[in-house]
Amino acid sequence: MMQTWSRPVKTRIVLVAVLALLAFFPFAGATFYTELVTKVMILAIFALSLDLLVGYTGLVSFGHAAYYGIGAYVLGLLTPKYEAANLWLTLPAAIALAGLAAFAVGIFVVRVKGIYFIMVTLAFAQMFYFLFHDTRLGRGSDGISMNFKPVATIGGVTPFDLGNATHVYFFVFAVLVLVFLFLRTLLRSPFGRALQGIRSNEHRMRSLGFPVYRYKLASFTIAGALAGLAGYLSALQFGFVNPELLSWHQSGNVLLMLILGGQGSLYGAAVGAFAFVALEEVYSSITTHWQLLLGATIIALVIFLPGGLASVAGRFKRELIG
Amino acid sequence: MDIHSFLIQLLNGLQYGLLLFLVASGLTLIFGIMGIINLAHGSFYMIGAYMAFSLSALTGSLLTAIVVGIVLSVALGVVLEWALFSHLYKRDHLEQVLLTYGLILVFEELRSLIVGNDVHGVAVPAIFNWSIPLTATLSYPVYRLFMSAVCIVLAVLLYLLISKTRIGMMIRAGASNREMVASLGLNINLVYRLVFALGVALAAFAGMLAAPVSSVYPGMGTSVLIICFVVVVIGGIGSVWGALVASLLIGLADTFGKVLLPEAAGVTVYLLMAAILLWRPEGLFRRV
Amino acid sequence: MTEPILVTQGLCRRFGGLMAVNDVAIGLDTGMLHAVLGPNGAGKTTLINLLSGELPASSGSIRYKGEDITRLPPDRRSRIGIGRSFQKTNIFPAFTAFENCRLAAQSRIPRALHVVSDATAFPPVREAAQHALVATGLATRGDRVASTLSHGEQRQLEIAMVLATAPEVLLLDEPLAGMGAEEVARMVELLKKITRDHALLLVEHDMDAVFAVADRITVMVNGQVLESGTPDEIRASPAVRQAYLGGAI
Repeated sequence: MMQTWSRPVKTRIVLVAVLALLAFFPFAGATFYTELVTKVMILAIFALSLDLLVGYTGLVSFGHAAYYGIGAYVLGLLTPKYEAANLWLTLPAAIALAGLAAFAVGIFVVRVKGIYFIMVTLAFAQMFYFLFHDTRLGRGSDGISMNFKPVATIGGVTPFDLGNATHVYFFVFAVLVLVFLFLRTLLRSPFGRALQGIRSNEHRMRSLGFPVYRYKLASFTIAGALAGLAGYLSALQFGFVNPELLSWHQSGNVLLMLILGGQGSLYGAAVGAFAFVALEEVYSSITTHWQLLLGATIIALVIFLPGGLASVAGRFKRELIG
Repeated sequence: MDIHSFLIQLLNGLQYGLLLFLVASGLTLIFGIMGIINLAHGSFYMIGAYMAFSLSALTGSLLTAIVVGIVLSVALGVVLEWALFSHLYKRDHLEQVLLTYGLILVFEELRSLIVGNDVHGVAVPAIFNWSIPLTATLSYPVYRLFMSAVCIVLAVLLYLLISKTRIGMMIRAGASNREMVASLGLNINLVYRLVFALGVALAAFAGMLAAPVSSVYPGMGTSVLIICFVVVVIGGIGSVWGALVASLLIGLADTFGKVLLPEAAGVTVYLLMAAILLWRPEGLFRRV
Repeated sequence: MTEPILVTQGLCRRFGGLMAVNDVAIGLDTGMLHAVLGPNGAGKTTLINLLSGELPASSGSIRYKGEDITRLPPDRRSRIGIGRSFQKTNIFPAFTAFENCRLAAQSRIPRALHVVSDATAFPPVREAAQHALVATGLATRGDRVASTLSHGEQRQLEIAMVLATAPEVLLLDEPLAGMGAEEVARMVELLKKITRDHALLLVEHDMDAVFAVADRITVMVNGQVLESGTPDEIRASPAVRQAYLGGAI
């Protein structure tokens, strides 16, 4: 009798195939596509960071772009006018500052739940948006252009050139894999299990003795720090930051990525990022009013396909339960 | 700032606050009765303003435009509830947020297609187009006073409707127990449809009313929506008193902020919010 | 006579104009099962909510091991040893039965190395979870998803989760609700066994079960304590008969 492959084996095969595809991609296509996939991978990191919060802790934040933007602005603000910044100094700074901002906001917002939480996270994100848009801190609504991409020099050695699109591609690819592994480890740990318990039944978690507030705050902070990492990479790729990185459109788009890919599955977040960029590219090639198509698609998705693409594929279900 | 400018800014701040309250009550009504968070609420405000612009250009009178606009908004509300929002009652918050976010995109692009992206002015109706003297040297636009008066009247009417009428009783009952109300034979679907239409009409009417003062421009929907969220956050979810106090506070903070700290104008409201949340994490008057 | 491990004095809870719990004094001793009886609306579940910390008291005090815990939040109370089960099954439906208990037991491990190692790699936690499942008769159901368990099994899981947190005091809110005769008998044996080294508070409607396990019974009516005593005393009390038991035992 022929044994069909079990789901974990199938998933592993698909995963290896995708990784191989991603690894060889830059050698096959034009620079345009290399840069496009880099953008997708950066958004995948952004979506993964939100998935920790929404899909695994059950906290729907509509202000996640704030930390993404802060990470980007750290690079923009730390880059001197006439020379390049150092990757190994500015990247940790971006993660730390985005995490710090998330922690500060988290202290306020994690106390509340549901619709109120959605509103207050959006409100705080708008606060950061206006901070960068209106005040001199962010150099205003035009944003900051970086004359030089950061350099990856450490100990006198420069292992790769961030001005080269292919190098950037592989650097981002490595970061994506690291973030994915980090989150997977985190979610399998006692801390991660507790987060999932909170999403499943917060009331019981509290009754069982878990200090739920602390767990939520930690999750919010980590998610913010990772979003800052993604924002940094985005600034690195485009050499330019502006306040729209913190706009609520950005916050809405990353939530959309989760519903496209199916929340609560790490693979789903990455799939959602890819699907979102694909939609954006396809729709904007059809019409300048592509947001109309995007909006209609979102509405249709919510009404007809609440489980996201993942529920159609049925392949990437949550595997971390029990 | 001298006493005259202070008085003017005070009146402006209160007027803006009252207008915010009008918009926020629509949002709170829909949320409080049906449990739906509606991001597209700001779009209704924008639609109202653009209707005021196009209809008053068509008919030559803002007041006629407003009447027609109200009818159209109610119709829009009924259609939207039937087609889309009725699906959301049993859905989780993420789905409500996403669907209404999609709706914003659709409304913004439709507006762009139909009316374009220009900023427009709307003329103040002739009867209100004068200033009333407040002191020897100071006069204040009557239209703004009219706006504030209308907002106050509407707020009182809403209060009476919700707390003193049979329909209001049904609405309040529907808020707490949909199944029970349905089993009493009351047509819960109709109640929800009407409440939603009322919410839409309130937002659109506010937009129409505000059009001569704030102009009609593309981003007006999203700005007012987010400020409404801040109103609810500061005021406390479920509290109409809180929404009123918060709206006035925000109206004043924003108005004085723009004058005293123009560089930090956009942030003032959020700093106020953060300060209040430090003191009361769930808003000023949290109910429930 | 030592002080009860958990004791209340003048405990009150007001909802608007209604006194749901009115001047209740109750004590729990280790090695004894104290049952609370009363008609619906007597305030029994409110009492449990007050003891577990889910509801703040309007007035009165609660002492645990001599310390005043009246203002302590529910998660702190659980950590110091007061466990509670729910009347309406309150489990993690998407997790396996084993994971439900493992997570409950996890609440007891100290903070170190919490984010790196695999959750299932902590033997004490795994063992506590397994013991809890065995004790409640769910040893063979560990890898079933909780939502697929039968109603009776879910009630057993409900108790298992509390046991996995190794409490010293157990507040059980109608654990037998919806169980068949055989399951009830098994649960009664379990309760007798647990009572040996825990202090139990049991809110229940099943009269036979209560009289079979209780060392002490308190009868509540309209939020107040009507009478408190041994099962024999309660059985004999005319006030209790009139108010609640309807004359026939």
